Amino acid sequence: MTTTAMPFAKALNAGLRAAMTADDHVLLMGEDIGKLGGVFRVTEGLQAEFGDRRVLDTPLAESGIVGTAIGLAMAGFRPVVEIQFDGFVFPAFDQITSQLAKLTNRHEGALRMPVVIRIPYGGHIGAVEHHQESPEAYFAHTPGLRVVSPSTPNDAYWMIQDAIASPDPVIFLEPKAKYWLKGEVDEAERALPLHASRIVRRGTDVTLVGHGAMVTTLLQAAALAESEGTSCEVVDVRSLSPIDYGPILDSVRRTGRMVYAQEAPGNVSVGSEVAATVMERAFFALESPVIRVSGFDVPFPPAKLEGIYLPDADRILEAVDRALAY
Amino acid sequence: MTPPDDPALVRVLAADGTFAPTPEAERYLPLIDALADADLETFYRDMVVVRAFDRQATNLQRQGQLALWPPSFGQEAAQVGSVRAARAQDHLFPSYREHVVATTRGVDPIDIIRVMRGLTHGGWDPTDPRNGNTRIYTLVLGSQTLHATGFGMGLVFDGRCGTGDPTRDEAVIVYYGDGASSQGDVHEAMVFANTYRTPEVFFLQNNQWAISVPVATQSRGPLYRRGAGYGMPSTLVDGNDVLASYAVSKLALDEARAGDGPHAIEALTYRMGAHTTSDDPTKYRTSDEEESWARRDPIARMRAHLRSRGAAASFFDEVDAEAAAYADDVRVRTNELGGLEASDMFAYAYSDAHPLVQEQERWLAEYEAALEGGVA
Repeated sequence: MTTTAMPFAKALNAGLRAAMTADDHVLLMGEDIGKLGGVFRVTEGLQAEFGDRRVLDTPLAESGIVGTAIGLAMAGFRPVVEIQFDGFVFPAFDQITSQLAKLTNRHEGALRMPVVIRIPYGGHIGAVEHHQESPEAYFAHTPGLRVVSPSTPNDAYWMIQDAIASPDPVIFLEPKAKYWLKGEVDEAERALPLHASRIVRRGTDVTLVGHGAMVTTLLQAAALAESEGTSCEVVDVRSLSPIDYGPILDSVRRTGRMVYAQEAPGNVSVGSEVAATVMERAFFALESPVIRVSGFDVPFPPAKLEGIYLPDADRILEAVDRALAY
Repeated sequence: MTPPDDPALVRVLAADGTFAPTPEAERYLPLIDALADADLETFYRDMVVVRAFDRQATNLQRQGQLALWPPSFGQEAAQVGSVRAARAQDHLFPSYREHVVATTRGVDPIDIIRVMRGLTHGGWDPTDPRNGNTRIYTLVLGSQTLHATGFGMGLVFDGRCGTGDPTRDEAVIVYYGDGASSQGDVHEAMVFANTYRTPEVFFLQNNQWAISVPVATQSRGPLYRRGAGYGMPSTLVDGNDVLASYAVSKLALDEARAGDGPHAIEALTYRMGAHTTSDDPTKYRTSDEEESWARRDPIARMRAHLRSRGAAASFFDEVDAEAAAYADDVRVRTNELGGLEASDMFAYAYSDAHPLVQEQERWLAEYEAALEGGVA
């Protein structure tokens, strides 16, 4: 197996390039993604390589971008839309939830909607309002959408290609805090299907579950817990719709305890759904209630407070202690 | 709002059916001269047949056979003129009142009935050649203008327009109304269409009312003038004059197909019926207004024109009989429509299998089986 070390953003870039090379109807569209390469440089160099008919610097209108992506998909294209920041997706919310998500159903299967909406999401970058949000629950709650979030460069490389290959619309959430995270990418062989969750660290006492940037934090917490004598297993959910419960339930049945960590507000969140499902399906394996560690149920605070708002390893360890206290 | 005597108006037939082109109509006269008697008769037949269907559907709703019906009554000329101007290879994106457009392109009227009866959200397969590239209805106002524009971008990127071969070049026509003209999506569609020079006609049917709100609330100025703000030509046409609607649409579509970019048309017409069968126009508009528009009825106008050209009385009788038979057939087939299976709601939520949906479908099947077995 040959692998190449690259940052998350470069892995996405390589994945996009591979998809565009394989299918000349894969087309990128978004704000500032052409000459500039996107504000996070994920699409850097692709317009120069594939031309401005394949990498579109669109007018500045998110509903327009998603709505025309739908029309392009009707005309046989596979558009990949970049939303510049999480908080800017809402002008497109109607086109995503009322149109994109429902068109295959409305057409009774006669129309596929292979559209990918890439959204850099989450905090940790000290930015102004609307630039650090975690909107995943809105989309995971919407039938007709698939929602995924890679947490490593290798997943970024493969999951973007699998999302583009999907006949269904995929909300592709990129943890922007990890764009510069380096990791090994195996460009020859995909490790997992798009919608699989994965145990990323083995442990025996508590199962820590999360998605996106929080996976790194969970691994930090697990390392700290180990030094204190607690063995934590860590599961990267990877796909928020559908959720692959197999590895999660398998882990909880062994450990009997589970903590879910997420940046998003906890009320009616992905973590809430996973917690409820684990309690329905693994009730007799549980030694303690499933505990959620989330962003608070307030608007994302000014950047000077994000370190307090966002769950860190200490808050996860506090939850681990509570789980172990039962 | 647009004054009815706006000097930009293209009209060929006066309200009483006399041939009286406005100054702005002069450039379109060769297109109208090129029409054969058979074409004119087709326009008339289209309008009469679909009006009979529309009345039948309204009655079916009143009789409890449909949940809802949005009548196309009064807008026949705008729709027939524009749809007959489209070529077979063109793509049509309706809103939800375009019964004339859909059926003229080949959509089975029973498929529209099925939508309004609660049997389907879509009704027909736009990729089936029998449906004449007619996309399904869109109920959220204006959303389809972006889909049409994206489709047009695809035609540009794939070189499917502007080759100079009118038998192959494709265009898009999208329908929306005066209410939808206020939606942000319509404005964004016009921005994108002009940026990417899509082969597209924005066909606005200004029927004067968005349910209970008059067009004056949507726009202080004439809607057709908005086109210039986006950098495209625009045309104001009497939407109750089928010849003018045809000619204006034909030129705009021909130019779009040839690669000249998008064009905006405002067709002045009137929703002679209610917004839908759930609506009560007596609460917001006067009978004087309705009567003034009844005198501009598109079908009566064309009938008078055909009579003046010497059409035989038997022709009108034949069309009436055809329309009655068409409407009867719809009634018969509506009464024959079956129901749905619970599993239908799970079948198309995704193209690829989705475990949660599959699990819920299995659960429901077992639950229902248990109920039938008297277990639960």
